[in-house]
Amino acid sequence: MPADWLSADEWQAVALSLRVSFWAVLCSLPLGILTAHALARWRFPGRQALNVVVHLPLILPPVVTGYLLLLAFGRRGLIGQWLEPLGIVFAFRWTGAALAAAVMAFPLMVRAIRLSIEAVDPRLEQAAATLGASRPWVFATVTLPLILPGVLAGSVLAFAKAMGEFGATITFVSNIPGQTQTLPSAIYTQLQIPGAEAQAGRLVLVAIGVSIAALLLSEWLARAAARRVGA
Amino acid sequence: MSLSVSLAHSLGVFRLNAAFQAPPGVTALFGPSGAGKTTVVNAVAGLLTPDAGRIEVGSTVLLDRRAGIDLPPHRRRAGYVFQDARLFPHLNVRQNLLYGRWFARGGGPELAEVADLLGLGALLNRRPAALSGGEAQRVALGRALLARPRLLLLDEPLAALDQARKSEILPWFERLRDQTRIPILYVSHSAEEIARLATTVVRLDRGRVTAQGTPSEVLDHAAPGVTLAATLRDCCGGVALLDTPAGPLSLPAASLPRTMRLRIGADTVLIATTSPQGLLGATVLPAMLEDVRGDLLHLRAGHALLLARRPPGPLPAPGTPVHAVLTVPPRVLAD
Repeated sequence: MPADWLSADEWQAVALSLRVSFWAVLCSLPLGILTAHALARWRFPGRQALNVVVHLPLILPPVVTGYLLLLAFGRRGLIGQWLEPLGIVFAFRWTGAALAAAVMAFPLMVRAIRLSIEAVDPRLEQAAATLGASRPWVFATVTLPLILPGVLAGSVLAFAKAMGEFGATITFVSNIPGQTQTLPSAIYTQLQIPGAEAQAGRLVLVAIGVSIAALLLSEWLARAAARRVGA
Repeated sequence: MSLSVSLAHSLGVFRLNAAFQAPPGVTALFGPSGAGKTTVVNAVAGLLTPDAGRIEVGSTVLLDRRAGIDLPPHRRRAGYVFQDARLFPHLNVRQNLLYGRWFARGGGPELAEVADLLGLGALLNRRPAALSGGEAQRVALGRALLARPRLLLLDEPLAALDQARKSEILPWFERLRDQTRIPILYVSHSAEEIARLATTVVRLDRGRVTAQGTPSEVLDHAAPGVTLAATLRDCCGGVALLDTPAGPLSLPAASLPRTMRLRIGADTVLIATTSPQGLLGATVLPAMLEDVRGDLLHLRAGHALLLARRPPGPLPAPGTPVHAVLTVPPRVLAD
């Protein structure tokens, strides 16, 4: 397939989406594992509240999530005003698109990882403790290897979700070509131009391809992991 | 090194209140299901924090609620072999065996020694899923030994195995008992395993220690029989005469307390349909056959119930007067 199959602007949108999704998943993964572990195993006051907060982006209209992000992380936002002097700016930057994608994909990631943590037999963790492993070591040597398939599946799912994120992204960081115009934003833009259906159609094919590839990859990872633990 | 345990714990309506000593060798925790055996073992391993108590191995205090000492499981170094092996499925046998080595450096047996002791040489590269139940238990035992434990806790390690696997693995436990100097706490409700392995037996029943001693002392007690209160009436002339609810009994004279409890095992009682004559050393009590339950006869003697093994062949009808013959003198229990 020739590289000029897509225009330079369109390639830019695809590349930006891949970059945004990659960093969104990578940066939210540690927090996702921690949150999933807390929800699955810890008993603390406020556990239900945490559960609700984690799931909010799944339930709220994406526009609302984007607006809340703008209130929090805009240049004059509750958190943004403290970050700006440190040189951390999210508003109207690709980093903001990554933040929006991470927030929107977070519930899916946490759900997948939480399910895999709940499937780990806590009696194996007890056995590790009696053999001399402290809690962090038990997690690193027993829990984490056993939930790896869930972590990978959750990451792939979150990546696919991040690739498709539109509502919160366009609300929070707008639709600036080369800066914040991700694949869905680019499709949306093309659809606003009369007669540009062909360009939009090519981007739609890319979106479908990436999604199917992600789905197949996550299925394959799950099967490979199941073989590995001999289940 | 010996293990000293003293615990009190409540779980719903269940109350555990137990204290015992486990010297080097195998101490069997014996008793029916729900007696609190696993609760005791979990408390020793640190998987459960009891309401009150103190646990000590040698001079190391693992738990002392009053002093606020409660070592976490990973610092107790209690080698725990669970009923269900609990091997790590993502590691092979060699990695499972060496797991505890990451945290316990220096000294202790080497992998080769343990593999040799337990016959694991051929299994080292296998995955746990590819092991039989008996092999998995041997790996679990090896894994516990290699973690340099202060003591070993074996919680019904044979319960999930069939008879053939049990006979395959019991000799390995015997070798272990004879080659190690650490206390081994062995939970079981199988009198056969305990008779083979234990050097000390602690009998638990409904959360309390009801007997503690050598296997023969405690296992006899676990056999069917009755316990009677007795009062010393006369102790002179080489024979002690006792009053019991079953009638007067005589014992070889010894320094007996004024009141005591007597244990009469079902296997030491015969019945006779006519009054037997000339039995030396036996005690004959008039009795009535009250009931037949399974292979035990219930006899009414005076105000007491005696148990006897059912003999083969036809029995007199319930209600028939008989004679209960105690073939050996009753055993005196400390009060």
